[in-house]
Amino acid sequence: MNRLPLSAQVAAVLLPFAFLPLVDRNAYHLDLMTNVGIYVLLAMGLNVVVGFTGLLNLGYAAFFAIGAYTYALLNLHTGCPFWWGLPAAGITAMLFGFVIGLPSIRVRGDYLAITTLGFGEIVRITFNNLDDWTGGPNGLLGIDRPVFFGFRFSVNATPYYYLTLALVAVTAYLLFRMIRSKFGRALVAIREDELAAGCMGIPALQVKLVSFGISAFIAGIAGAVFAAKQTIVTPDSFDFVLSVLILAMVVLGGMGNIWGVALGALVLGVLPELLRGFAAYRMLLFGLIMILMMIFRPQGMLGGQLIRRELGRRPKEGSDGAA
Amino acid sequence: MEGALDLFLQQLLNGLTIGMIYALIALGYTMVYGVIQLINFAHGEVFMAGAYLAMTALVFFGTLATPLPVWAVFAAVVLFSVVGSAALGAGIERVAYKPLRGSPKLTALITSIGMSFFLQNAVMLVYGAKEQSVPDIFPAGRLEAGPLSVSLLQGVIFAVSIGLMVLLTRFVRHTRTGKALRALAQDPDTARLMGVSVDSMIRLTFVLGSALAAVGGALFGMYYGSVNFHDGYLAGLKAFTAAVFGGIGSIPGAMIGGILLGIFEAMGAGYLSAEWKDVFAFVLLGAVLIFKPSGLLGENVPEKV
Repeated sequence: MNRLPLSAQVAAVLLPFAFLPLVDRNAYHLDLMTNVGIYVLLAMGLNVVVGFTGLLNLGYAAFFAIGAYTYALLNLHTGCPFWWGLPAAGITAMLFGFVIGLPSIRVRGDYLAITTLGFGEIVRITFNNLDDWTGGPNGLLGIDRPVFFGFRFSVNATPYYYLTLALVAVTAYLLFRMIRSKFGRALVAIREDELAAGCMGIPALQVKLVSFGISAFIAGIAGAVFAAKQTIVTPDSFDFVLSVLILAMVVLGGMGNIWGVALGALVLGVLPELLRGFAAYRMLLFGLIMILMMIFRPQGMLGGQLIRRELGRRPKEGSDGAA
Repeated sequence: MEGALDLFLQQLLNGLTIGMIYALIALGYTMVYGVIQLINFAHGEVFMAGAYLAMTALVFFGTLATPLPVWAVFAAVVLFSVVGSAALGAGIERVAYKPLRGSPKLTALITSIGMSFFLQNAVMLVYGAKEQSVPDIFPAGRLEAGPLSVSLLQGVIFAVSIGLMVLLTRFVRHTRTGKALRALAQDPDTARLMGVSVDSMIRLTFVLGSALAAVGGALFGMYYGSVNFHDGYLAGLKAFTAAVFGGIGSIPGAMIGGILLGIFEAMGAGYLSAEWKDVFAFVLLGAVLIFKPSGLLGENVPEKV
């Protein structure tokens, strides 16, 4: 399979999913799978920062929120159609990504995680409190659905399903291209040893900022799709729980493994529906998965050779101490 | 003018009260960070568990046919909460963090986030998602000192918190075990060579931190009159902010950071906007992390190469 060109590999993996609406006509299933598609986008986006660059972002839902609100506000105030709102949402989220990436110049890994968490909360509270702009806790309603060459999207999830599937395909393709490029290797080099990467002439600061920007861009795109699908956005859709849920998907699938995190999103997106009777135990389960994966299989379900050295247990050594 | 001064003093007292509780929680963050460089995300949940245990004990004492004296009830409630939470803290360390010694920081941090989620939802499943009200045991009287007036409970919060902080400081400074703790924080390998039992010292750190958080949780529940399963998240984050503000790893830093954060928040809520209260803490956290990561009293440790 590795001999196939990349575009064919991506198509081969995703093609079976294109037949789903033909086989399964249950509207509820398709709606669920569309949401899973949005999770896959988010997991792939978060993976850029957490998996490739090795920086923990605990406020990722904020970029998703910024994307959703960008499209919602543009659409409601200017009537901007979805296809313009989509890139605008991505770019706006990306700009915030650069800003939030800035502290990574100065602060260490674990501190950066907390800074991003604080940012996520600030964004959510801001959307909640700016009543005049964002409708406060009630959110924004009546966002237009996309129109595709005259075809109007409706409550039916099928067109949204194909839209997210197409976005997942494009994102996966571009991420594979990225990680195999010089820039991708620079990200991994920074993750493995920032000092050594710097000595090799990698401009660590710029590279980290760009990775934050790319990651935020993907979340922004996912946010616009989410807003267009729900036609309503409220601040409580974008809380810390969502940020941790996406992180759990990345951890489960395997940090740094593109198909892995997509699988993680699929599993954690579908699993709660299969365990309907255990709905209350959902979050308990996510917490447990994160603990168990870190202790027993830090490289995730699919793992990744790249990440193994960083996450695998090291023999007790030198002055690194216990952490 | 009189009114303005009164408002100021009242906000100051409110800020001091909640600040004391932040300080009690912040001590656990800072001590754990000091010995194993882990941001123990689950610490806020230990605090929350302490509040729930105290609530459970208070409800139990409320059902007794012959009521016990207030002080006996208070002592028993706090003790129950402390013992339960300390066991929880030690258990968390044993199950989730001990297997990860020597692995990268992010691994343990993600584990602690998972643990935090697990505990939050476990408590929610046991007690339900609704807020639980905490019975009031203190009489309504107020302590007056000139223009200042505090409720009896506020007085208790001040006395208990300051007493515990003094005790902790004396313990860490003047006992053999305290010396071992400081040695471990300074250099784990040398401490081990000098005969410090690293495992039991780390366990002790978790026990002490959890016990202090449990006292904070019990006082928090009584002060606000209710507990909720996600109280630990926000209070924990603010206490972490306080620990960073004071200088993570520094015990007096956590105390000062907690008290100052409580005062900032109360002043912000009183004079600027109560709606944005939570944002102040996060903005402060971001600003400290970016501009002065070593905090007020922390040492400036250069990144090890």
